Amino acid sequence: MKNVKTIRLFQQKISFLLDVQAMKKLLVISFLTLAVFFLSASFGDSFINPLKVLQTIFGQGSDFDRLIIIDFRMPRIFIAMFAGMALAVAGAVLQGIIKNPLASPDIIGISAGGGAAVVGFLAIFSDSNHSLTVSIEWMPLAGFIGATVVGFFVYLFAWKDGVTPNRLVLIGISVSALMQAITTMLMIIGPIYQASEANKWITGSVKSADWNQVQIVVPLILILLLVTFFITRQLNVQELGDDTAAGLGQSVQKTRLYLILLCCCLVASAISFAGAIGFVGLMAPHIARRIVGSSFGVLVPTSAAIGALLVMIADIIGRTAFSPLEVPAGVFTAAIGAPYFIYLLFRNPNK
Amino acid sequence: MTESLLTKSLTLSYGDSNIIEDLNLSIPLNEITVLIGANGCGKSTLLRSIARLLKPKKGSVLLDGEDIFKLSTKQVAKNLSILPQAPVAPEGLTVLQLVKQGRFPYQSWRQQWTEKDEEIVLNALKATGTDHLQDRPVDELSGGQRQRAWIAMTLAQDTDIILLDEPTTYLDLTHQIEVLDLLFELNQQQKRTIIMVLHDINLACRYADHIITVRDRGVYRQGKPEEIMTTELVSHVFDLECQMTSDPIFGTPLCIPYGKGRNIS
Amino acid sequence: MILKNNYSKTFSLIVGVLLLLLCMGISIVYGYANTSIQTTYESFIHFNNSNEHIIIQNVRIPRALIASCVGASLAITGVLMQTLTKNPLASPGILGINAGAGFAVVFAMIFFHISGLQSFAWIAFLGAAIAALSVYAISFSGRDAVTPVKITLAGAAISALFASFTQGLLATNEAELEQVLFWLAGSVQGRKLEILLSVLPYLIIGWIAAIVISPKMNILALGDDVARGLGLRLGLMKILVGLIVIFLAGGAVAIAGPIGFIGIVVPHFARKFVGTDHRWLIPMAALLGGILLLLADVAARYIIMPQEVPVGVMTAMIGTPFFIYLARKGGKK
Repeated sequence: MKNVKTIRLFQQKISFLLDVQAMKKLLVISFLTLAVFFLSASFGDSFINPLKVLQTIFGQGSDFDRLIIIDFRMPRIFIAMFAGMALAVAGAVLQGIIKNPLASPDIIGISAGGGAAVVGFLAIFSDSNHSLTVSIEWMPLAGFIGATVVGFFVYLFAWKDGVTPNRLVLIGISVSALMQAITTMLMIIGPIYQASEANKWITGSVKSADWNQVQIVVPLILILLLVTFFITRQLNVQELGDDTAAGLGQSVQKTRLYLILLCCCLVASAISFAGAIGFVGLMAPHIARRIVGSSFGVLVPTSAAIGALLVMIADIIGRTAFSPLEVPAGVFTAAIGAPYFIYLLFRNPNK
Repeated sequence: MTESLLTKSLTLSYGDSNIIEDLNLSIPLNEITVLIGANGCGKSTLLRSIARLLKPKKGSVLLDGEDIFKLSTKQVAKNLSILPQAPVAPEGLTVLQLVKQGRFPYQSWRQQWTEKDEEIVLNALKATGTDHLQDRPVDELSGGQRQRAWIAMTLAQDTDIILLDEPTTYLDLTHQIEVLDLLFELNQQQKRTIIMVLHDINLACRYADHIITVRDRGVYRQGKPEEIMTTELVSHVFDLECQMTSDPIFGTPLCIPYGKGRNIS
Repeated sequence: MILKNNYSKTFSLIVGVLLLLLCMGISIVYGYANTSIQTTYESFIHFNNSNEHIIIQNVRIPRALIASCVGASLAITGVLMQTLTKNPLASPGILGINAGAGFAVVFAMIFFHISGLQSFAWIAFLGAAIAALSVYAISFSGRDAVTPVKITLAGAAISALFASFTQGLLATNEAELEQVLFWLAGSVQGRKLEILLSVLPYLIIGWIAAIVISPKMNILALGDDVARGLGLRLGLMKILVGLIVIFLAGGAVAIAGPIGFIGIVVPHFARKFVGTDHRWLIPMAALLGGILLLLADVAARYIIMPQEVPVGVMTAMIGTPFFIYLARKGGKK
């Protein structure tokens, strides 16, 4: 067996088979992601020299620079990075369950459910003066709850002696459409600022990020990613088909439930703070697959890194390209995502 | 070592109609058993039930005297492996990655590649003649090679019993023989019990030690091909009139159907 | 199908027409302002400039007519799309029509400061056409022929692309958001008869064309290879269907904005009644589509009275349970 390295520790209490080439590629991409992470602090209304950025992060640098970099830019870069990772991993997991490379978390209704909840939140907690009665800091929670509840219902509706990928997709799409309709309706009935606020969220933007949010998002997503790490071998088996998976001894439906739950939590975490950024869950796993292959052990971290890259870059573009106007990152993930989707059609004419 | 595999009063249904009714069947071990029958007679259904994929409406499938549905899937997976019809490998998955999955029932999140795993996987690749293909994506292989890779996976699962649902249906003749020869060897050399559904009666007769004919929600006749395959059986099970003769190379029963065609004898 | 022979099918079409008229009547008579059949009748015979008469003539009747035409057109395009893409859950939305129309309207509003329903109509038509043509162009290029899957996927991509751009534009232009929001939801309310009349020629062409090609649709439904073998000019046929869909769905979205689910769900009902022969299916779907949209519109008026729910939201709310039912019924797959 070439290109692989066996790792055995503690008298085989721990043993792994590593794909060396894939690991090398993963390392390179992770390095790239980290680089972009630091570099993005340079971009914005004003361009700040990357060297100065590093200095400021490590304690030196002027107060003004510190304000811009640490108070304004870093939180949103953090959120962009982690949201990107979460969405990408959710996409990878979902593609493993649905076995259709064109599946993405956006389609099973989770994002749309979050959107409806966000608008609902804005509608319910407004008084007659059209201002919010509770702090807007609770909005992410509403998004999270909406996303998970809708995800739960989609799963429930798709359940008929178990959940098949096709049913999940179909029902997800229609529930998604319903959520969007309800969102639109709420946006119409309510005052206009609500609609505007909601629309920004729906498009996906990290503009209103702050350190409080980062403190919640980062640990949450890290925990979820850790859970995903433990569950990867189950994913590899799920991808082989229900019969084969059962034949190999997996409790197919139970595992599927956990995986979908994981997916919902990942997406909900990402979108409650970053809005419904689309296409990341579709693109990142795909690109990752072309680079490192289909084994989830290495596919998941690679997708995460690429997802982080995509969102961070989209955010950079959004911040700088139309300065002083800020275009939500979601627009650019779509701008890159949709053509990429089409490109996929060219590559696989019979899919 | 598995001692017995049998069904007891097994009734299987899809919706309201029973496909198999009240079946008591004992599968011979260490032999190649082939299930044959007309389309829709329930042979695949029966196989799937034995594979723990389809829950019986009534009755049970007993592995060493224990109801397989009362055992955990993992338990059963160490004794039975299945190759379903037309399996699809994920895009880009290599042969090695596929065969490795066969070790799933024996692994945990921290133990994913013990020495035993490695040895068994390498042996499986060798036994199926796929070790030179191990780094190639499964979806790029020929039909015969692909089936061999999947069979390697079931071998890596290291079970006494291997079940195959129509393993040759979409293959051309060359590859059909390739796969059946492999299964024959595995049975001869490793004494694994092989149970499969085949469509081709003649190939079934050639490779099977034991044939089970499925008809009318149950088993019509079962036994050695040369003992049970008669024109009367073929007529009853397949609604087909034929002449039975002996295969000129192997001596096993050969069925020649009546019908139209150029008669140049 | 429930109706097996030609007599019962013809009969059902007649019943359909009568039902449609009945629903139109209901749509005209019922609503926020209290009117009755008597008043309606009088508004034709002795128009006397009273509030009720004005409402009936200028608001209700156009609305009922629009709902019928739009509903019928959407249903027909649903049938055509489902047969073309061999996907029982296809709809005109999948060609990116709704999304393209939406984007065009928003774009025009923001960059050209166009407003007003009449102008929206033409821009929407244009946007719908561009989206549909792009989808077709994508599907026709690439290595092999236009396959159903390719069309579906290309449509999904274009839809998502336009939708995102629309959202993006709106996210940075709050004022326009208010203007366009209601339109984006899809509604038959507030449109004058003129809008309908200006688009009507295209709709009529579409309807007639759909009925004319209905026998050929039966052949198309058998699959590309079989159809070609039977002598059908496949490429030409697909282009023709595309044009009809653009006319009908584009026209519908031009008048009423994006309305979903009618194209998906109605063909299924129609099929339940008259089977898959397009010569019966297309007229039946048209009638059912009109009926469904009319009823949805009436419901939209009453649900949160005195405010109105946009009918597009209504169809989503009615359509989703049906869609879920259909998806679950799909059996063991």
